[in-house]
Amino acid sequence: MPLTLIVEQLLNGLQLGLMLFLLAAGLTLVFGIMDMINLAHGSLYMIGAYLAASAIAASGSFLVGVAVAIAGTAAIAVLLEMAILRRLYRRSHLAQVLATFALILIANEAVRMVWGSQPILLNMPPSLSGPIDIGGFTYPAYRLVVIAAGLAIAVLLYLLVARTKIGMWVRAGAADREMANVMGVNTTWLFTCVFAAGAALCAVAGALLGPLLAVQVGMGENILILAFVVIVIGGIGSIRGALIGALLVGFVDTAGRAFLPQLFRSVFPEAVAAETGPAVAAVLIYVLMAAVLYWRPSGLFPTRA
Amino acid sequence: MSRRDRVTGSLHIALRPRLALAGFAALALLPTIVQALDQPFYIVLATRILIFALIATSLNLLIGFAGMVSFGHAAFVGTGAYAVAVLARAGVESAWIVWAAAAAAGSALALIIGAISLRTRGVYFIMITLAFAQMAYYLVLSLKALGSDDGLTLPHRVTLGFGLRLNDDATLYYSVLLLSAGGLLLLRRLLNARLGRALQGIRDNETRMEAIGFPVYRLKLLAFVLAGAAGGLGGGLLATLNGLVSPTLFHWTQSGLLMVMVILGGAGHLLGGAFGAAVILLSEEIFAEWTIHWPFGVGIVLLAVVLFAPSGLAGLLRRARP
Repeated sequence: MPLTLIVEQLLNGLQLGLMLFLLAAGLTLVFGIMDMINLAHGSLYMIGAYLAASAIAASGSFLVGVAVAIAGTAAIAVLLEMAILRRLYRRSHLAQVLATFALILIANEAVRMVWGSQPILLNMPPSLSGPIDIGGFTYPAYRLVVIAAGLAIAVLLYLLVARTKIGMWVRAGAADREMANVMGVNTTWLFTCVFAAGAALCAVAGALLGPLLAVQVGMGENILILAFVVIVIGGIGSIRGALIGALLVGFVDTAGRAFLPQLFRSVFPEAVAAETGPAVAAVLIYVLMAAVLYWRPSGLFPTRA
Repeated sequence: MSRRDRVTGSLHIALRPRLALAGFAALALLPTIVQALDQPFYIVLATRILIFALIATSLNLLIGFAGMVSFGHAAFVGTGAYAVAVLARAGVESAWIVWAAAAAAGSALALIIGAISLRTRGVYFIMITLAFAQMAYYLVLSLKALGSDDGLTLPHRVTLGFGLRLNDDATLYYSVLLLSAGGLLLLRRLLNARLGRALQGIRDNETRMEAIGFPVYRLKLLAFVLAGAAGGLGGGLLATLNGLVSPTLFHWTQSGLLMVMVILGGAGHLLGGAFGAAVILLSEEIFAEWTIHWPFGVGIVLLAVVLFAPSGLAGLLRRARP
């Protein structure tokens, strides 16, 4: 197997993992702090991508578009939190599932009303559309930028949560909400902020992935499940767990799709391998998740004792 | 409240024979009425609602009565549907065989998934059942033998024997009505029996039930397998009705929709699943007639129910009754 192929797949896995981390970070904090299952998290990702596509088309600048998407999605998230989600924190998980499932339906149709049913185009900046040469190895420039942006945000977020006072409140809230409240942390305010920040990260992921994947209604549903897989593997409420889980899922999924079919072909007869290789590659991360839960029922980095 | 209610406490679910018979009679007359109104489409819709009532009721056994919030019920429905499709394509004609196979396939899958998933609790149980359903979804999606993303079409509708042909929509409707009503009666029997009481005890306090000496894990697994069988049967009936199966049957939004039916109708109420299925499918139909953006309307209704009717529609009805 050529080395360049392996490096390329590693970079692809890193990119997928970092983008999943952006989605999972907000989800795991919301889940961890307020014990809230938010199925509508994927809808924020979709809204971010749509806002970015429109803003980029209107302004002609990729950066302006991303900034508008971040601000717009965060604003929508604050409204959503204050109007609806806030009433659900004390309710059962069932009520939360029902309400946020309803929000998915509403968000999907609202987007369809505004932008139509057809997928829309989100163009990458023309200066980044070509491949780039790194010591005899070529890789798309845009994907490298996505990786760099993802890494920068991941590091910033990690420092924010692990090293600052606000981060301490967040971690305290995730470990024991009642106690954090008693010790003087304003969890109502904190949660609105965390929710808005999570939505902003969704918008970043949506805007960055937009040119690589299709911007269409329902794009949030599949990636939402991936984000859930990540946070369950990592342990709900843990930022470190979300990062490790995201990278694990990114690498396992990419490697499975790239190498498993070949591996199967060298072991099984061609007819069997052609059927089973892609099938096993597609379910690999769910097998990983089930295995993690089987042996570590609270994920790799449990936040609660 | 009857005497028996007082003796056995509030967990006993009374039959109310007159109400049940009236409901059954109304449903049994439906094809005649629809035929008289010359609206044959509504028989298919009613059949669909009855099938989803059966499936949602089986999920209600898990969520509402045994406290197991399963987010992967679509896996059993899809498995049952594909079992029927595969058998029908292999030339099996008897409805008895293919439907029994659908239930068997659903329960077999439930046994495997349940045996592993029931090690976890709470949110992690929700997520691990979701993971297994996703595995099933992607497996079916990528297996060419099962038609990949096109799914499979059934060459013909199966027959019941005795000269009864299911090509006739009314005959299929009556078969589904009998099966769904039978399922509901069976569930009531089960809930009033020791097993049902034990499951509700586990829902309310698992640790205590374990301490008293109930085999908690085995009882939960049994309920999970029973629900899987009913879900598989429901999937088989859906395949018979639609004449085709596709991987979307396995998609997580299907599991979500089934959960929504149960919660909307009233988790832990005998008729909760049936209510929820009827309300969701009918409101889909009504909003779809009115606007192409019907999911928006359904979403608003669901949101209103969560915010203003915390224990579902069955709870709302119960409160309205003096």
